[in-house]
Amino acid sequence: MQAFAELLERLLHAPQRTAKLALLCDYLRRTPDPDRGWALAALLGTLELPHAKPALVRALSAERSDPVLFAWSYDYVGDLAETAALLWPEPASDARAAPPRLSEAIAALAAAPKSRLPALLADLLDRLDATGRWALLKLLTGGLRVGVSVGLVREALARLGGVDPVRVEEHWHAQAPPYEALFAWLEGRAPEPAGRDALAFRPFMLAHPLDEADLPAIADTLADWAVEWKWDGIRVQLVAGPSGARLYSRSGEEIGASFPELLETARGLDPGTVLDGELVVMRGEEIGGFDELQQRLNRKRPSARILARCPVGLVLYDLLFESGEDLRPLPFAARRRRLESLLARCPSPRLRLSPLLSAHSLEELGRLRRAPPHPAIEGLVLKHKASPYRAGRVKGSWWKWKRDPFSADLVLLYAQRGHGKRSSFYSDYTFGAWREGPSGPELVPVAKAYSGYTDEELVRLDRWIRAHTIARFGPVRAVEPVLVFEIGFEGIRRSSRHKSGIALRFPRVLRIRWDKPAAEAERLAVLEALLETRARAAAA
Amino acid sequence: MSRFAWLEPRPEGLFVRPGGFFLDPLRAVARAVISHGHGDHARPGHGEAIATPETCAILEARYGREAFGRLRPLPLETPIELGEVSLWFAPAGHVLGSAQIVLEHRGTRVVWSGDYKRRADPTCAPFRLVPCDLWITEATFGLPVFRHPPAEGEIAELLRAREANPERAIVVGAYGLGKAQRLIALLRRAGYDRPIFLHGALLPLCALYERLGVRLEPLLPATTTERGRIRRELAGEIVLAPPSALADRWIRRLPDPLLAFASGWMRIKQRAKRRGVELPLVISDHADWDELLATCGEVGAEEIWITHGREEALIHVLSRRGIRARPLALSGYEEETD
Repeated sequence: MQAFAELLERLLHAPQRTAKLALLCDYLRRTPDPDRGWALAALLGTLELPHAKPALVRALSAERSDPVLFAWSYDYVGDLAETAALLWPEPASDARAAPPRLSEAIAALAAAPKSRLPALLADLLDRLDATGRWALLKLLTGGLRVGVSVGLVREALARLGGVDPVRVEEHWHAQAPPYEALFAWLEGRAPEPAGRDALAFRPFMLAHPLDEADLPAIADTLADWAVEWKWDGIRVQLVAGPSGARLYSRSGEEIGASFPELLETARGLDPGTVLDGELVVMRGEEIGGFDELQQRLNRKRPSARILARCPVGLVLYDLLFESGEDLRPLPFAARRRRLESLLARCPSPRLRLSPLLSAHSLEELGRLRRAPPHPAIEGLVLKHKASPYRAGRVKGSWWKWKRDPFSADLVLLYAQRGHGKRSSFYSDYTFGAWREGPSGPELVPVAKAYSGYTDEELVRLDRWIRAHTIARFGPVRAVEPVLVFEIGFEGIRRSSRHKSGIALRFPRVLRIRWDKPAAEAERLAVLEALLETRARAAAA
Repeated sequence: MSRFAWLEPRPEGLFVRPGGFFLDPLRAVARAVISHGHGDHARPGHGEAIATPETCAILEARYGREAFGRLRPLPLETPIELGEVSLWFAPAGHVLGSAQIVLEHRGTRVVWSGDYKRRADPTCAPFRLVPCDLWITEATFGLPVFRHPPAEGEIAELLRAREANPERAIVVGAYGLGKAQRLIALLRRAGYDRPIFLHGALLPLCALYERLGVRLEPLLPATTTERGRIRRELAGEIVLAPPSALADRWIRRLPDPLLAFASGWMRIKQRAKRRGVELPLVISDHADWDELLATCGEVGAEEIWITHGREEALIHVLSRRGIRARPLALSGYEEETD
């Protein structure tokens, strides 16, 4: 437990991904089974401790400390687990029993009946120091929030075994904590795990961004490529098994509970079917934009109201398994035919085929890309008709060719220092557009951006910001509203949380317009008009 | 009429009427008695300032001799009479020269704690408990979440981080008066004898500590020479800087800096996280919650006034123990600078 607590604390404070990765690798190397496997499960939030809830921690804390002091402390600290850990009465160090192992603590908490939990937890807390208590209570109250993603864990495991992260991904999802078979394989003590769950996740094949330089080669072989729209939803994998269904996100997270209508849809499929597609809001023939889809994201249990308001479906790209048969080695064209006949056999209003587009020249292709017929389309995907379905971003097999981003010239209003390596640089910016205010034209914030400039530009911007500061609010500086940036963005939506009433999607710096007078920057009305146009296109 | 009505809170600070002087006044006054050299307790411009000899030296170094009409050094535990008040200093254990201010008037003894801690500190005299009738205390860490671990363990963490990161400069943010010197002295005690590199702002006070007999050497300025050389030289070295420098352009000159910060506030992980600190070190020059409470009991006072910090939790607990406690509303004293 102490080693795990130390890992958590260091992960929390490690500013960069590389540092977090090094910490994880080091921990996995030094820590024996089954503790390290449980630690991974805890980090990824896949531990099942059904009765261990925040209310338990609250109740126990109230017993052991003054409720008034607890309330004031919680108010100050702002985190239940940390407050409770700090307030827990420290036993005399010579009276303290040996700290529990992580696996011991988890096994005990998982097995204990609800009535036994308070006493058990109190005993565990008595055996730990403040950081150990914090780690244990974080486990119980859920959400460790130390900046560790599935991708990072996968990479750490791949490093441990000296294998490709894609191979780790294949097995990772088929195994349950504490992953002992996986570690045995990675450390060369056992062969690659074989038995696979029919409901397991299969790593996605991803498209490589197309560079202008790749175009001539494609033009010469255009007939060999299938062209599809790149839909702006979330890429998912729907797996139908003999005993239920699963829906996975691109990182392999199980997100079925958030989209019950798709799990329902999977029941109409043969067991052993694995589909790859884009999850979008789907009402009959109509497909909704990403802003609508956002209302469905991060809802563990969507209400009946939201299910009715924003129903979702899949635009299908590919068929990986059919009735248990692995189609991934087949060429794309063959898989596509199997997908088409499967849909003809088992039609569903929630499943729709991604249409194949026809383009006989680069010019036609370019036209399609520039003027997609629907706002939920963000460009084209080109798939080589002979390509097997391979995990990862395979260059030369699939290409994505996104439409040009929208752009607007906006005025820098505020700057804030960044994190980690950028903590001494003003690197996070807020930009405004003009609108007519009660006393003449005024700038209203419409976007924030943290990227898109070079290191040299950052140094120059930082110097400029320090020289043009007109006010400071804690870590934020307001600057003279005179510097214009060309900001690129992927979309625009209404937002009641923003003063301007709109929010831009994925804004980033395209260019710094040192030359452009601020008076010539964009007007809010123009951005609002763009919103209107998009809304009309969606309705059409 | 209260036994302590001769103490008057005024906008300038707490006025001791029968003695005609203020305690740690927040504005320039005719006569001030100053507990220690931190800026929120020691302001410039007083006609006369009475402080320990070490604090006088610190005041002179910080503000210059001309900042005060007269600086009057008063050694620890040496009573003098001012009007109808007998005044003496007892060590507070906070920073070099820090003192509790003891006032005796018509058989009543009042102690003004200034800032204090009960832990050992190699750079200053240890706190002495002075029983009194009225205890006027700070409460910077007046919440039970603040329990400072032994400083030696935190220093060991710092040395471990240095060992593990030979390519990086280990930059420790530390307040320039007291904390920086205590860190250096603790590192020396832990056997670390390499040069410790200092941000320019820390050099004068470290030199003063040396002159006053606190051994800190070897110390070197972190950034005076040409840039490329510094980057190589400071990899794997410990560098001390004032907290503000951690977010300043200055830090870019150091090789891949690992940010550490030494403060009692680092006990709260989210607070450390917000500051972008990679290595929080819980080292404080203030009493923690347990020390505040214990001291409030041990002085045996019939009444306790709380000057600054989080007084409500302390008052809550003391009143449950039957000790009369109330806040003394004097605005202007700061939290431990971080």
